[in-house]
Amino acid sequence: MNSVAFVVIAILTLAAALAAASLQKLIHAALCFAAAFVGVAAFYFLLGAEFVGLVQVFVYVGAVAVLIVFTILLTRRDAERERGFHWSGALIALAIFAGLLWAIVRTSGLSVAAPWIAPLTVRQIGEALMTDYVWPLQCLGLVLTAALIGALVLVMEEKG
Amino acid sequence: MSRFLDQIFVLAKQRLLSQLTDAPDWVGQTVSSLLNISALLVVFLSLFALISVLERKILARIQNRIGPNRVGPFGLLQPAADGIKMLIKEDIVPLRADKVMHFLAPILMAATAILALGVIPYGRNMTPFAIDGGILFFFAIGSTTELSVFMAGWGSNNKFSMLGAMRAIAQMISYELPLIITVLPVVMVAGSLRPDAIVAAQGGYSLGIVPRWFVFTPWGAAAFILFFISGLVESNRTPFDVPEGESEIVAGHMTEYSGFKYATFFLAEYFGMFAISGLAVTLFLGGWHAPLPILEFVPSYAWFFAKLSVLLFVFIWIRGTLPRTRVDQVMSFAWKFMLPMAFACLLAAAVWHYEGRAFAGWLWSLGVIALVYFALSRILETGRKFAPRTYRFAE
Amino acid sequence: MNPTLQLFLIISAALFCIGLLAALSRRHAIFILIGIEMMLAAAGLNFIAFWRFAPQPAPPTGVMVTVFAIAIAAAEAAVGLALVITVYRHYRTTNVDQIDQLKG
Repeated sequence: MNSVAFVVIAILTLAAALAAASLQKLIHAALCFAAAFVGVAAFYFLLGAEFVGLVQVFVYVGAVAVLIVFTILLTRRDAERERGFHWSGALIALAIFAGLLWAIVRTSGLSVAAPWIAPLTVRQIGEALMTDYVWPLQCLGLVLTAALIGALVLVMEEKG
Repeated sequence: MSRFLDQIFVLAKQRLLSQLTDAPDWVGQTVSSLLNISALLVVFLSLFALISVLERKILARIQNRIGPNRVGPFGLLQPAADGIKMLIKEDIVPLRADKVMHFLAPILMAATAILALGVIPYGRNMTPFAIDGGILFFFAIGSTTELSVFMAGWGSNNKFSMLGAMRAIAQMISYELPLIITVLPVVMVAGSLRPDAIVAAQGGYSLGIVPRWFVFTPWGAAAFILFFISGLVESNRTPFDVPEGESEIVAGHMTEYSGFKYATFFLAEYFGMFAISGLAVTLFLGGWHAPLPILEFVPSYAWFFAKLSVLLFVFIWIRGTLPRTRVDQVMSFAWKFMLPMAFACLLAAAVWHYEGRAFAGWLWSLGVIALVYFALSRILETGRKFAPRTYRFAE
Repeated sequence: MNPTLQLFLIISAALFCIGLLAALSRRHAIFILIGIEMMLAAAGLNFIAFWRFAPQPAPPTGVMVTVFAIAIAAAEAAVGLALVITVYRHYRTTNVDQIDQLKG
């Protein structure tokens, strides 16, 4: 694992995420959101989970970001500029970050180096999905179908 | 001798890298990657130059013209002249445009198109970027094209750009489903997402003469046709170039682009076409395998590029022959015909596999495909829609 | 020096809190969805990091959980955005502070 790559990816991801959370223009925020998720996928690559990284790019950049962009266009009158910002939210987020940081730094045994690992192949993931995780997989299929139908019913124009 | 010719590029690269044995690990890896990237860029940029002039010449022949023949021998230097012209043109950015997005869109589009070319095996041991989920990588990278199209449309701040971008995204998303589902049977049969393994699974000959390419099975043939149609849509080529239909919305998301940025879009479109054709060759046409046992002596990359050229010619041929489809027809075709047929391919491949991948399975899967095809044409009443038109005139 | 587990946890905590910031302090419904997605991604990063740094050989449980989480997040985003569009049709606004009635 490369520390240079780690630093570069960390800076890019966090900067893009911060931009996505704080930019005024919604469209820019949505694109920064996509960039942040590419960064997270790069982290997955760095950690040796290539398959998850590819799925992340595929689902988030290819599907969710496009969905968000479409929604912004469909609710455009309101989307140009956003009013109001709750500073209490920022305070809470900061407090929670401080708490988490304190917990992580204080916990001993976390500063371990990564052990050597056999590369995780797609075949292994596929076999796990078809054996140990077959019921979760079926349930997931059901959830996705329900979400598809639900989303369609929600956005369908009411007739009459 | 033929072995040597086949591996000549691999050996040359190893020779170059052997100079670096003393250097640390990461230097060797970086140099290796850079060599791969530069080879990829050189090959495909020259192919782009060549195809841009050949396309104009072939189109001209189809339309009974001669085509460009002034610059250089047979007009072959035309791309250089075009490139210089594009470079010295004024780069116009609209006043109210979103400058950053307007600037980033063509770059992102070209970059992703080049990345997608990286996972295709061009010959024996000649995959520039061999990762375990290569096919998934191709589609993950390909799906970012939609965002760059959107950036171009939104960044231009022009209603034609925006409409064109919306059309492009809508049709790309619709056709991405059949595109990916037609890849599934191949992945299923080969048992791997790695392009090399898929090519390896198509090696050998049945009956000693017919290559075991997937396109020679009924499900493979159907999936190949569906994949090719989806590929036409994904690369915004005629007859599916609705997003940039001149007669309706100027040039779609490229309306506000000029000079070199426009050329970059052009480049990205062609690179996307190369990538999708290369993937079609890899998945269905046996990759770099030779079509006949006696032709094995020809280097593997020559076969790959020969097959690629045939597919590119079909792209151009279709452009010269078919009129543009209507936007609603494109969408209903995707959802009502392409998607069910893609699922039928999946089913037929499963039947083929469980019948032992032999002649019986071949017939059974042909039966499945034919059944779904005729049922669909019955349900969609294509006979009524595509019957010879009757015209009624005022009397 | 190679990055340790601690660094990955700090990064994912930062990502989580940025998501929380977006979800709590922005008023536009889409920002809230973006924030939720970011928090989910931070959780996924944690799962992958713990899987990677676990004593080997370990079963790929963390990887599986992340794959499932991504799929669920996609479904959640689709339904959430459909809700945003429906609400916008009714109230002509996407500001969550103005959508405070129980009756449509």
